[in-house]
Amino acid sequence: MVSATDEIRRLAGAIPDPEMPALTLADLGILRDVRIDRSGHVDVAITPTYSGCPALDTIREDVERCVRDHGYPDVTVRIVLSPAWTTDWMSEAGRVKLREYGIAPPRQHLFDVRSLRMAVECPQCNSSRTREVSRFGSTQCQAVRRCDACGETFPHFKEH
Amino acid sequence: MTLVVAGAAAVSTLRIADDCLVLSHRLAQWSSRAPTLEDDIALTNIALDLLGQARGLYARTAELDGTGRSEDDYAFMRDEREFVNCLLVEQENGDFATTIVRQLLCSTYQLAQWQALTASTDGQVAAIAAKAVKETAYHRDHATDWTLRLGDGTDESHQRMESALAALWPFTAELFESDEVTRDVAGSGTGSDPETLRPAWDAYVGRVLGDATLVVPEGTWRPTGGRSGLHTEPFGYMLAEMQHLHRSFPGATW
Repeated sequence: MVSATDEIRRLAGAIPDPEMPALTLADLGILRDVRIDRSGHVDVAITPTYSGCPALDTIREDVERCVRDHGYPDVTVRIVLSPAWTTDWMSEAGRVKLREYGIAPPRQHLFDVRSLRMAVECPQCNSSRTREVSRFGSTQCQAVRRCDACGETFPHFKEH
Repeated sequence: MTLVVAGAAAVSTLRIADDCLVLSHRLAQWSSRAPTLEDDIALTNIALDLLGQARGLYARTAELDGTGRSEDDYAFMRDEREFVNCLLVEQENGDFATTIVRQLLCSTYQLAQWQALTASTDGQVAAIAAKAVKETAYHRDHATDWTLRLGDGTDESHQRMESALAALWPFTAELFESDEVTRDVAGSGTGSDPETLRPAWDAYVGRVLGDATLVVPEGTWRPTGGRSGLHTEPFGYMLAEMQHLHRSFPGATW
């Protein structure tokens, strides 16, 4: 039998990210903890990807609504900053989905400014001959790159 | 009006929050005006990171000073004399070179400061810092790339970088000033002593400017006062613009 906590973790984890709907909160690794106390109060902890992430309020509301809709009216969503989120928490499934969505996934265990210049594969043609156009993109977590092999410009979920 | 904050810890977090907010607003003023689309996006992304950092610190300040004020209260309901940001962050954007030089000087300082604060005995400050370190590393990298490109670029870009450096350099002395507040938080371990940030800042900025063929300007003028609420003229105009909507429609939310 699945515990209520696991059930809520599964439901909340399946909520799509508002800015990158191909990914779920579980894929991103931002759903940190789910607890239910004896009175039935549900406490969900999420961690922001970036300090000023504008999607955070929407994510919080989505989680609250989801938990309420599944029979737990008393719910609190807490924002926890520590430990700080890292792209290393992104699931393998999340990386595959990102790539299919056309966004080059973040490289793992590489958070070091100097190593950010290593090759990123083009999600369109898999070539590693790509270069950075801009370190900042359409959302805080993305950079823009161009592929020298196929000529496509593509977003890259940058290492963080 | 006087500064309504109790205790060094609250003043210390408020200073860092104000640095972040004011610099964030200055960068946001580039929105739709930057020289390239990529940099329009870069500068506003950096602004958003800084705004997020400011929000976290205002929330912490409200707990420390016991006033329970909201983030909006700090941003929109204080007058010029109550802001305790350093003078460097409030300086006008000028041309792109001026903004890039300001970014290099500020983000190098902020990165060193955040790195020190990851060891803060205030758990919340340490958590905000751990997040901010990664973001600020990108900010510094962006400023570094542009400094090299413009400094070691054409005669025109080099000359503009030189003028920007001459205009902004005097404001950097204030970044490393110690006073009762910094000594108190350095002693208790919640904050850092600005003097200790100086060697890393000097080394990095010196190396980048050197690589960019730029020379640190000489001169003895060292303006100060931001940390005690005494600001330069452009700041009042910036605040008037930033606070206009909230002052005209008190309690406005969106």
